[in-house]
This record gives sequence, structure tokens and C-alpha cells, in this order.
Amino acid sequence: MVPASYYLVLSAILFGLGVVGFVFKRNIITIFMSIELMLNAVNLAFVSFSRELGSLDGQVFVFFVIVVAAAEAAVGLAIILLIARNRQSLNVENVDLLKL
Amino acid sequence: MNVELFLFFLFALMAVGGALSLILQRHPIHSALSLIVVMVALAALYLLQGAEFIAAVQIIVYAGAIMVLFVFVIMLLNAGEEERTAASRMARVVGVPVGIFLTALLAWGISGGASSQAATEAVVKPYDTKQLAVLLFREYVFPFELTSILILIAILGAVVLAKRES
Repeated sequence: MVPASYYLVLSAILFGLGVVGFVFKRNIITIFMSIELMLNAVNLAFVSFSRELGSLDGQVFVFFVIVVAAAEAAVGLAIILLIARNRQSLNVENVDLLKL
Repeated sequence: MNVELFLFFLFALMAVGGALSLILQRHPIHSALSLIVVMVALAALYLLQGAEFIAAVQIIVYAGAIMVLFVFVIMLLNAGEEERTAASRMARVVGVPVGIFLTALLAWGISGGASSQAATEAVVKPYDTKQLAVLLFREYVFPFELTSILILIAILGAVVLAKRES
């Protein structure tokens, strides 16, 4: 059996890559995809802990995370569509009205 | 080296490679396809851990529905390559060390938590989807119903947001 810590380290690596993508990608769609990557990394940690602790609750949580991610993707992409329509650009640096 | 460990490293490499490619590609459609690779690799890892239902849901909902939506939006907006600016170079200088630090911190913290738990609970029961269904529809039936309301609101929100103002 592969130790759960291997899976957890993999999950941490994927989460870290998601954070890096979130920080230095400029395209709003790619930033959104980095968020999905982070959610996936967390799901992997949930499944590993679920196996490690011999409890199915973690898998139920993964199910809920996937549902919420689906809802988030639908609303988020609608927002991206609106931004692209109003600004004619997908670069996040052009969306800075809240900046001082 | 046994088969399970080999499969773990195979799919782990696939996932990390896909995630790296997601970050390094400059065209959003390439990033989206890389993310699909990550999701398929993760589904295989779920199967390896005996979570068949989650693996199936991962393929159907993530790789199937959510990524199709992403690709659809990329095509619809005709998104091109992202341009490099001074701020993106600065973000790279700051982002990479911070990301490596965060990854190391997370890996250290989370795997430390696992090894201390493993000492007490070494028994691994095989799961089946039926047990998951019983848990989902008995103990977690209220959150389950709440998610259906959430999905409904998300559908309404997406329609309202994406509608063209007349």
C-alpha cells in the first residue's frame, strides 16, 4: 500500500502549483483554472485522509466540493464573459477599478 | 518496486507535469488541456485509493462538464496568448519562491499529520459505493439538499449574468 503521506505531499505540490499559477498568470481564465487545480489538490488530500482514517466522510466532502466547484465554474465563467465583453480584454491588469 | 507504487508514481508524475504545463503554457486552451490531464491522473489516483465513485464523478463532472465549460468559454471569447508585462515579471520573481515555500510548508505540515494518525489507525477497510450512498442520503441528506438549492441559484446567476442587456 502506498503510504498516505505520499498522496498528501503530492496534494501539497499540486496546491502550491495552483497558488503559483494564481499569482503569476495574467489571463483571467487561466487564473480561474489555477483555482480549480487547488480545489483538486484539496480533494486528493480529502480522499487520502478518508482512506487513512478508514472513514467515508472525506469522500462525501469531496462530493460536496465537486458540486460547489461546478456551481462556482458556472457563475465564474459567466462573470468572465461579462468582463471580457465590457473590457474587450482578458488581462487582469485591465480590471483594476478598485485599486487606488 | 510493487505495482501500486509504480502506478502511484506514474500518475503523480502525470499530475505534476500537467500542473506545471498549466502554468507554463501561455495559450489558455493549452492550459485547459493540461488541466484535463491533471484531472484524469487524479481520477486514476482516486481509483488507486479505492474511491471508485469519486473517480467516476471526477471524470464525469470535472473533466467532462467543468472543463468543457472552460474550453467553451475560451473558444467563445477567442482568447489569445497572454501578453507579458512588467507586473507579470515581478509576480514571477515573487511568486516562485513564495510558491515553493508554501508547498514545502504544506507538505511538511500535512504529511506530519498523517504519520501521527497512522500510528493509531492502521486498519484500512475496503469501501464500496453503497456505503457512501447510505452516508450521503442519511447522515448528510440536509447538506445534499442544500447543494441542489446552490446549483439552482448558480444556474439562475449564470443566466442573469450572461444575458445580454437589451
